[in-house]
Amino acid sequence: MNLPADLKYTKEHEWIRIEGNVGTIGVTDHAQGELGDVVYIDIPDANATVDQGGTFGTIEAVKTVADLFAPVSGTIIEVNDVNGSPDIVNKDPYGAGWLVKIELSKPSEVDGLLDVNAYKALIGA
Amino acid sequence: MKKTAFHNMHVQAGAKMVSFAGFEMPIQYPTGILEEHRIVRNGVGVFDVSHMGEFFVKGSDALALIQKISINDASKLTPGKAQYSAMCTEDGGIVDDLLVYCLAENSYMLVVNGANVDKDFAWVQTNAAGFANVSVTDESDEISLLAVQGPASLDVLQTLTDVNLSEIPYYSFVEGVLAGAPMIISRTGYTGEIGFELYIDHRSANVLDVTTKIFEAGASKGISWIGLGARDTLRLEKGYCLYGNDIDGTTNPIEAGLGWITKLAKGSFNGSDVIARVKEEGPTRRLVGFVMKSEKLIPRSGYDIVSGGASVGKVTSGNTSPGLGTGIGLGYVRIDLASPGTAIEIAARGTTFPAEVIKLPFL
Repeated sequence: MNLPADLKYTKEHEWIRIEGNVGTIGVTDHAQGELGDVVYIDIPDANATVDQGGTFGTIEAVKTVADLFAPVSGTIIEVNDVNGSPDIVNKDPYGAGWLVKIELSKPSEVDGLLDVNAYKALIGA
Repeated sequence: MKKTAFHNMHVQAGAKMVSFAGFEMPIQYPTGILEEHRIVRNGVGVFDVSHMGEFFVKGSDALALIQKISINDASKLTPGKAQYSAMCTEDGGIVDDLLVYCLAENSYMLVVNGANVDKDFAWVQTNAAGFANVSVTDESDEISLLAVQGPASLDVLQTLTDVNLSEIPYYSFVEGVLAGAPMIISRTGYTGEIGFELYIDHRSANVLDVTTKIFEAGASKGISWIGLGARDTLRLEKGYCLYGNDIDGTTNPIEAGLGWITKLAKGSFNGSDVIARVKEEGPTRRLVGFVMKSEKLIPRSGYDIVSGGASVGKVTSGNTSPGLGTGIGLGYVRIDLASPGTAIEIAARGTTFPAEVIKLPFL
């Protein structure tokens, strides 16, 4: 299980990498493993304002469908179009398989997210 | 929770195990469902479907009992032939779909869905009570079932047996020796590919040894275990019904598209009066296949099918089609919406997504 120590995590199995006032977001290695083959990422509003914990899209896998939850509040400023080869989310969930970038409106929310050890404890890794 | 004889093999292969039909079954291997699907379409894969049930019906009234409970015409079977059929209640609802194998005169094997073994056995026994000379035994726990499927399956299995596999027609079988063990070698499957289902009795064969030999024989062809996940995408592309999803006690064979196995001409059988009336009057709804016209949604069982702003039915099976690269599904729609080419919508996430009714199979 690949769990980078420099990321923050959510109970809903997203990760976020903070750079300045922008957070890059994706799903964790654990999440992609549970979902299995990812076939489509639907992010209906590429410029949406999201609240922490709100849904901003869905991830369709062969076995199941899951909502994507925003780890932080803010505005989506970039969407990674992975639908040409959605298996990149399975192969490289923390790299080329990132999903959105959000400009943070409440940076202090980051302090309340899980660190790598707390996330490991959550998933029993 | 029951385990099949191959449980340790699945775990060693890294399978993700899930509860299914009272068994711990492999839903997928590290290979992944999409690749497992491609392996069966292009090469050869092995499914452990030992959760399926096997009943043996014997005696001079065996055929009469089967004719009463089965909607297909078992009198057409000769030894070595198998038949797809269904059992219905008196109201025409489907108890289960099944395969009927004619082993010999007065000797048959019924193969039923794993989730229905207990219900089906009770049903067959109840129906058998009216016949003097028939015995019905449930030997599901004694028999392992491997489905070896894919275009390379014949060549791989042929290296392990003197039986000429290319001479076994579809829906036929041979009782022969393969990999040193006696078994029923059946040219059947649930994938739409060339393939064989191997019924192996634990009392007369070492099923693990047989399996090891099959994998050795198929190594050069990339033989792999295939899980229930790919089993579902493979059968759905061919439009095959799954009991509990597409057919159940609330659906009759005519509306389910199983008219082709419903042989009213053979005489009275369980449900025949109701089924004959449905056929004559025409069903009010029909199980159809549909393809998504939006790539954003994969249809799932339980989603509403919508037309003109109103719900006109439910999706009963849905998934992505690895072969078509789009979402596909089965579902019941009002009869006036059942024609191929009809535009429908699938409701999910608080909105609807366009889809089109097609003629089955999908491919």
